[in-house]
Amino acid sequence: MKVFIYPTNSLILSDLVERFGHEPLAIMQEVGKKVRSQGLDSPPMNITPEDPKFGLKYAAVEVPSGVRGRMSLFDPLLQNAEAAIVVRDPVISFGCMGCARTNELVNFLLRAKKIPLLELDYPSNEEDAKEFVYKISEFLKSLKPADLKIQTNIENPKTPLIFQKEKK
Amino acid sequence: MSTENPKGIGQSSCAGCGMEKEAEPGFQQALKKITTTENLVRIAQLSCGAEYSGIQKEIDSAVKQVNAVMVYPEVDTADIEAIEEEFGLKVASPDLKLIMARAKSIVTGKTQVDAVFVATCFRCAEAALVRSEIRRYIHEKTGIPVISYSFTERTTAGTLLTRMEALTTTARRKSLLAREKQSGLTAGIDSGSTTTKAIIMKDDKIIGKGWVPTIKVLESAEEAYANALKEAGVKREEIQALGTTGYGRFLIGEHFKADLVQEEITVNSKGAVYLAGKQKGTATVLDIGGMDNKAISVLDGIPGMFTMGGICAGASGRFLEMTAKRLGVGITELGALALKGKAANVKMNSYCIVFGIQSLVNSLAAGSTPEDVAAAACHSVAEQLFEQQLQEIDVKEPVIMVGGTALIEGLPKAVEELLKVKVIVPDNAQYIGAVGAALLASGFISK
Repeated sequence: MKVFIYPTNSLILSDLVERFGHEPLAIMQEVGKKVRSQGLDSPPMNITPEDPKFGLKYAAVEVPSGVRGRMSLFDPLLQNAEAAIVVRDPVISFGCMGCARTNELVNFLLRAKKIPLLELDYPSNEEDAKEFVYKISEFLKSLKPADLKIQTNIENPKTPLIFQKEKK
Repeated sequence: MSTENPKGIGQSSCAGCGMEKEAEPGFQQALKKITTTENLVRIAQLSCGAEYSGIQKEIDSAVKQVNAVMVYPEVDTADIEAIEEEFGLKVASPDLKLIMARAKSIVTGKTQVDAVFVATCFRCAEAALVRSEIRRYIHEKTGIPVISYSFTERTTAGTLLTRMEALTTTARRKSLLAREKQSGLTAGIDSGSTTTKAIIMKDDKIIGKGWVPTIKVLESAEEAYANALKEAGVKREEIQALGTTGYGRFLIGEHFKADLVQEEITVNSKGAVYLAGKQKGTATVLDIGGMDNKAISVLDGIPGMFTMGGICAGASGRFLEMTAKRLGVGITELGALALKGKAANVKMNSYCIVFGIQSLVNSLAAGSTPEDVAAAACHSVAEQLFEQQLQEIDVKEPVIMVGGTALIEGLPKAVEELLKVKVIVPDNAQYIGAVGAALLASGFISK
């Protein structure tokens, strides 16, 4: 399954999801596209003023441009998410999303999507850390194998649920 | 770490309504000159959201054109994690913690920079608090010039250019800006968006003035300069040094082979404290221009913090001009009219230049007196300046109002009422830019 991770740049979460046979949806892949895509001259971030405009899909114009620009990056991840793991209050070194307003919106959209969702606090000691990893592993084991691609759109009820076999 | 990324200049736009303002004429050629002749200035960028708004290229382009380079103060994760306790401000966004940690890196001397640019997303309340506090923190602890800015995805290099130019001028030309007396025979021309002013100075005295509406930039400058020379009774070739400022400074600077071509923030603040006799200590300079406003916090005649622009033209001199026209009086009569009226008697529903005028027209139709309407117009402009710009600087007395609008008596009065301080309007307030340019140009005579 495609599992959205939060913080979306957490290498630890990304690694855990992969180890249990799922595909992590991490921001690195979207940033990577921006860096590798041709036509503009600015690695490291080829975000243009068009991206915040695309972000209007998620937030109105009175929402800061930084939030909307971030949302344009998260869009494909949110669209493709079939499950999600959200870690609350992580330390910066675990993974960090810079804008609190974006984080609130992303978490809300994940909850609204009604996909399997695991929310848990960042551990503060070794015992909690073991429990943390255990909960994540149990959650990942409980997910369906990655043979079904499920797209849901709770925000727009006119869009039907689509089930299709993933190409192998 | 630094990045450089050249890009052509675009248009600047109003963050509120998206209206666009043309870039300043002739600046691209002139800035090439700056790039090749002036010292490199290191500006620290403390920002949140600039990359995600797609404007980092615009920022990099603007700093490159003023021969500056953006640097990003080094911090480690421990610094970021500790900063809320140390700084005393708790925020939810990690990027804001990062910019607070970077500010501390500058204040403690871990990172050496000449100037600081603090920028966050427009309409982000949390970021606005951080922006304001770290601007004050850096300036108070280090004296390094700081400018703060809130951007949208429409922010362009053109919008940022004058601000970056002022920031680098302040960092680069401290000794020139410290000049307190004019010497020799010099001229200053201020090519504003609405009017062009010229001043001839000799041995620290104004001896000639010229003032014309700006129609064609070069022709208006020629006319104002010729008038000033005529009044002074001197010939053009006798002028030892000439300085230009204002919206058309690059174009006229090239035309007149000016010794000094400098943006209006540093020049006007110098002219203001000079004319007001307040060159030592703190001062706040307010200049409501025809097209944009400046609010400058000054120490010993040198700008420390400043803002430029306004959310909309409703806060500009243009709004007052339109009000005067609607009331059937000249712009010079509007101020006296406003002094007789009471702003509270007129309901203004909008700051917008279009809807604001509509409110005034409706009030007239409902029986309001022209005096009250004139007072309401002045109050509206002052209130916008107060709400949109003065929050970005520290207002310290004396408050000096300059520019042509300072002569509209109702306006300084409205500012006094809002700020609860006495506002100084020096003699020749409308010539402030030209005086500042003539004063600073005298620093080039020995060269």
